[in-house]
Amino acid sequence: MLGVLLVSSVLLVGLAPQTQAIWVYTSWERHGLVGSEIKLYCSFFSWRWLSEDVSFSWSYKPEAAKDSISIFHFARGQAYVDNKGPFRDRLEFVGNPKRRDGSILIRNLEYNDNGTFTCDAKNPPDIVGRPSSVKLLVFDRVPTRAGVITGAIIGSVLGVVILILALYYLMRFLVARRVLSLSVSTVEKGKKKSGKEGSQQRQGPVLYATLDQSSKLLKGVGSDKKKSDSKRDKK
Amino acid sequence: MLILLFAIVILHIAALVLLFVSTIVNAWVSDNGSTADLWQNCSSSDTGVHCVVGYTGEWIQAVQAMMILSIIFSIISLFLFICQLFTLQKGGRFFLTGTFQILASLFVMSGAIIYTVKYRDWISGDASFGYAYILAWVAFPLALISGLIYVILRKRE
Repeated sequence: MLGVLLVSSVLLVGLAPQTQAIWVYTSWERHGLVGSEIKLYCSFFSWRWLSEDVSFSWSYKPEAAKDSISIFHFARGQAYVDNKGPFRDRLEFVGNPKRRDGSILIRNLEYNDNGTFTCDAKNPPDIVGRPSSVKLLVFDRVPTRAGVITGAIIGSVLGVVILILALYYLMRFLVARRVLSLSVSTVEKGKKKSGKEGSQQRQGPVLYATLDQSSKLLKGVGSDKKKSDSKRDKK
Repeated sequence: MLILLFAIVILHIAALVLLFVSTIVNAWVSDNGSTADLWQNCSSSDTGVHCVVGYTGEWIQAVQAMMILSIIFSIISLFLFICQLFTLQKGGRFFLTGTFQILASLFVMSGAIIYTVKYRDWISGDASFGYAYILAWVAFPLALISGLIYVILRKRE
């Protein structure tokens, strides 16, 4: 019994780290302008607490090449940037390891910087994981992304149409309410002149009757307009 | 009266179908073997048809937006026609339906005009216009006539 318990606990402890892994995130693709700077973002998710030995490594593979070259390493609180390779004096560490951010900044982009940048993060003892890559494209003129202008035009036109319809119906509603309030006030004045004693009890039904009258008034106005239209056309 | 109604709906649906076909089918410009439209460039070879993503300029996106807006407005106008058929008073006119249909025709017209003026930006060489482009131009007067009929038409019984 004790043996079974011991074996099962050892198995659990041995298997548990293998089901967890460190997950590294970067962007999928970044666009940059020649001569400008660009920040390549890298972060990670780990089941363990942040250790003192957390490390970030960036490597670069040019577009038509097979091998990648290491350009950045951060370990034990110290950042080591490229001082011999294609990014010397252009690379800077702008990440915050305490916030799991291992981003780097590249200045003065050149056409030769086209390629794939791979970020690998390790959070000991959580070290098993796949590095993540971001593809850098350098343009002399940043192209408009597909669908941005299309969506903007469609959205703005539909918004304008909805706005116009809403305003139209609001106007109709306000005019109807104004007509209603006018007819209610004239009926009330008439009632006050005739008799003040029973007017309090009869106030309710009088208002309902007026509502009926005003809606009939509106319908009459509408149908009158249409009748006059058809009369004009028949001429 | 019922025959007239039927004919008007058929005209509206014909314009709508033309708009759909023109927007979706890859045949705005055709060269020998390769065709292009608002969304993709396709070329047919021995192994089949290969399509790649088309151009991403500002003007082609404007044409895309115009075609999609014309489809949206034409569908809204069809719904409004069916709605107004039951709720409009006798002698009333289908103003809202006609307005949306005329707007749809104006959108497809402006889309076709922009494409005609700017196609040299993204097509080089001698390429001839395909049938989807022609359908867009045909859909414009059809939708315009349909919208005008709605504006003039009066509801009876």
